[in-house]
Amino acid sequence: MKILGTTALAGALLAASFALAPAPAMAGKADDTLNAAFALEPEALDTYKIAGREGLILARHIYDGLLYKDLDTGEIKPALAKAWRFVDPMTMEFDLREGVTFHNGAKFTADDVVYTLTTVLDPAYGTRFRIAVDWIDKVEKVSDFQVRIKMAKPFAGAVEMLADALPIYPAAYFKEVGSAGMAAKPIGTGPYKLTEMTPGIRYAFERFDGHYAGSPKGKPAIGKIVVRTIPELNTQFAELMAGKLDWTWRIPPDQAARLASRVQIVNGPIMRISYVGMTVTGKGKDYPTKNLKVRQAINHAVNREAIVKAFAGGASQVLNSACNPKQFGCAQDVTKYAYDPAKAKALLTEAGFANGLDLEMVFAAMPRPVAEAIANDLGKVGIRTTLNEQQYAAGVQKWRAGELPAFFTNWGSYGTGDVAFIISNFFGGGADDLVQDKDVMELVNAADTSQDRALREANYSKALKKIADQAYWLPMYDFNINYGLSKDLTFKPHPDEFARWWLSSWK
Amino acid sequence: MLPFLARRLIVAALVALAVSAVAFGLMFVSGDPAVVLAGQAGRAQDVELIRHAYGLDRPIPLQFLSWIGNAFAGNFGTSLYFNLPVAPIIAERLSVTLVLGSAAFLLALVVAVPLGILASLKPGGTIDRIALMLAVLGQAIPSFWLGLILIVVFGVWYGLVPISGTESWQGYILPVVVLSYYAMPALMRLTRAGMIDVLTADYIRTARAKGASQPRVLLVHALRNAVLPLVSLAAVQFGLMLSGSIVIESVFAINGLGRLAWESLLRSDLPVVQAIILILSLIYVTLTTVADLINAWLDPRLRSA
Repeated sequence: MKILGTTALAGALLAASFALAPAPAMAGKADDTLNAAFALEPEALDTYKIAGREGLILARHIYDGLLYKDLDTGEIKPALAKAWRFVDPMTMEFDLREGVTFHNGAKFTADDVVYTLTTVLDPAYGTRFRIAVDWIDKVEKVSDFQVRIKMAKPFAGAVEMLADALPIYPAAYFKEVGSAGMAAKPIGTGPYKLTEMTPGIRYAFERFDGHYAGSPKGKPAIGKIVVRTIPELNTQFAELMAGKLDWTWRIPPDQAARLASRVQIVNGPIMRISYVGMTVTGKGKDYPTKNLKVRQAINHAVNREAIVKAFAGGASQVLNSACNPKQFGCAQDVTKYAYDPAKAKALLTEAGFANGLDLEMVFAAMPRPVAEAIANDLGKVGIRTTLNEQQYAAGVQKWRAGELPAFFTNWGSYGTGDVAFIISNFFGGGADDLVQDKDVMELVNAADTSQDRALREANYSKALKKIADQAYWLPMYDFNINYGLSKDLTFKPHPDEFARWWLSSWK
Repeated sequence: MLPFLARRLIVAALVALAVSAVAFGLMFVSGDPAVVLAGQAGRAQDVELIRHAYGLDRPIPLQFLSWIGNAFAGNFGTSLYFNLPVAPIIAERLSVTLVLGSAAFLLALVVAVPLGILASLKPGGTIDRIALMLAVLGQAIPSFWLGLILIVVFGVWYGLVPISGTESWQGYILPVVVLSYYAMPALMRLTRAGMIDVLTADYIRTARAKGASQPRVLLVHALRNAVLPLVSLAAVQFGLMLSGSIVIESVFAINGLGRLAWESLLRSDLPVVQAIILILSLIYVTLTTVADLINAWLDPRLRSA
């Protein structure tokens, strides 16, 4: 009888809660909380070990770098360093800002800069991308508020890297807890501090009132941020429509059109571009893509205008050079290949493939319909294309091993507005370069290691012209992103795919 | 009973160990973990550093032995993705999965067994037809679809329950309903079939003849015999609910063990994947062992088997 009583009580409570349960008190503007959702789980919040965009976005709200790039103007602004200069071509000097405090109350000094950068450039630390730090030889303290960075090699992207990509940790705390400690309880100087975290699931932030005056990030207008992982897009949309979510991104074009009447949809172009890479060297294998005329035929055969219109939408456009036009040095006066199937056929005949040819194309991290459209266009001119979808890791492994004649995928340039971060990787002679064009390699390497902007621009331009002349790539299009926002929120998208919530406010 | 138990436990441990070893090998077959970890922007040099840093350049059997050795010592290592100890991450997600799975399992039993019994009383009758229709629907409707429909109706339109997440207990209501709905058809049909079978047996006629009441005949005489296959099936269903609710966990943004396993597989977070597989295989063998024990207790004939 007693058991029955308890059960009845529980049942009654359950019934009551169904009737009473209000919409959970979250609604954004009312309690000054920006509710955001990602589909993917953010990584550990030690910036130096993060590969995914989600974790990096959160990290940039917690930490600051020595410099900051204002993407709206392209200007490099002082951040934790109030001034900097090249003492000689291989030495940078920074005057540090005084009166900056970390979230734990520690005072920011030269020791923090020296210890953080020295620690992460040791290969044993496991910094995820070597390119971010391998240009640093050592970091020296000049005085409590002055440091020098000695470069290990000339690197044109140095300033770009120091602009928020290499954050400064509090030395004493970092020394004590290490990378795992930073992951468990991140401490920075940034505009927001992390107050609560369930790794991969939920992150709560609060505006850091001690954020230093004069910060290029400014004082945020919104008091709190809660970020959750919601893997299913449809569920995100439901939350958005119910007003329980204020910010989400990467909404497919068709869904964005449907949501536009219910919520605020903002579209913006990004640095990431898609391309079909073609193997020329082959590492012992003789692919048809070794033949210039075949590569040109491929460029003429694909109706990229139609593909961009049908599948990419928004702000996306067809590319002609092997980079994003928004990047520094991305020359646009290169050979353009118009959609011309007849010419493609003629080129194939000239190349000795009058009866067509068979081509295997692996695609990764790209939508299947786009790959199918490309294969279909190629088929029309006699290039019988076998499509094979793979995980990016598997595809790129095969590419590097020289096992793929054609690889359709995309590259984000680390969100950086400089062609050094794209063509150096694919045409600079490294593991991803299956063209190994000596002229291009020389031009790219000369540009990569110079601080002279005019010389760099000229060299990249020459390299990109040769890449287009030789049709080493089939450049496809630049990406755009749809953001789904609460109608109460102002948000400005940026092409580097970094959400800057410190710039957001309520309408 | 004791030798029976000992035999079962040894087999169970061996099964868990074998599953673990096979899973470890499969992780390497499915792609180079170092390339996955380096991410899409990872260059060849980053891959080599990672391979070395995480000891992925050692022979695979050696990696497995060192992992299993640590696991026996209670050390599941550090997540390569979260850079945090594996044990607390899994404990956090396991608790979510246990709540979701247990609640759904109980709900499924509470609905399916009585419904199966009622349906068996008059095969082809109204209750039987309704029950069978529900069972067919349960098997035919995709779970993500049902989940989204419930979200739209109860979350967006009426705002009665949270749409996703388990920050409040109300967040469990919809996923428990959806998850249990998929376990119901099999449990219900098996109860029904078992009861129909048993109810025609001689000893039931005898029980009725000596004047036993209908509830006593059904629940004491018939159900105890009809329930044997149900116990085995229920154990498997419960295991499935704990490990296989990935779709439902995704739809409702519930951060359970199944989704953690799936995500960790995609990002080659070896320590997490291995720990989850070991835990899930232990749960499975425990459940089936418990089911065997219950059946042995219910039916003395099975004890010698």
